[in-house]
Amino acid sequence: MHSEIREQPFEPYAELLKYQQAMHAAGRYGATAVFVGSMREFNEDETVTAMELEHYPGMTEKYLHNLGEQAAARWDLINSLILHRVGRVKPDDAIVLVAVWSTHRKDAFEASRYLMEELKSRAPFWKKEQTSEGQRWVENNTAGY
Amino acid sequence: MTIEVKFFASLREQLGRGETRLTAAGPMSVAEVWSQATDNAEMPANVLMALNMEYVTADTTVNDGDEVAFFPPVTGG
Repeated sequence: MHSEIREQPFEPYAELLKYQQAMHAAGRYGATAVFVGSMREFNEDETVTAMELEHYPGMTEKYLHNLGEQAAARWDLINSLILHRVGRVKPDDAIVLVAVWSTHRKDAFEASRYLMEELKSRAPFWKKEQTSEGQRWVENNTAGY
Repeated sequence: MTIEVKFFASLREQLGRGETRLTAAGPMSVAEVWSQATDNAEMPANVLMALNMEYVTADTTVNDGDEVAFFPPVTGG
């Protein structure tokens, strides 16, 4: 189980392949569930040209680490990976990558949804959007898994 | 005793500072830390609180050397 904050843009599919090869688990997993969240160029009917992603250094890393451990305790997982961007983000940049490897699909699907929903609901990140009208904090929070 | 206090995102901008250090005579609650650190500003109803980087509620006791953080609902992912 691995999680990491990234200050620079990352290519999620290259990261996925690199991590999967380094796991040395080929032949053991039958299911891989992957979620990639990317920055849109619009939100609430406005064009968004960039975004600042803030986090709470220390707590965010701790929260994501614990989340990975909780998923592993709840489902039958072989491995999991969470990458999340901070700093200045541009449209089409990957914001988050969640990947889960398991023997069968049910655990991979459920655990990946759990990681993503809990991350969105509770992990200390905040988005500030740059639009043609100026800057604004994103305020919509979601309920979790 | 000394307590480190942090504010994030829109709350940091509203309060005009990201961190401050409090000195207190003895243990206090997270709510009391808020009051002392913000000159008795009204606490937003949806504010989230963390003590030493774990979520807590306003009645949790804060001790010497602790780090307390206040922030708005999170919007990552």
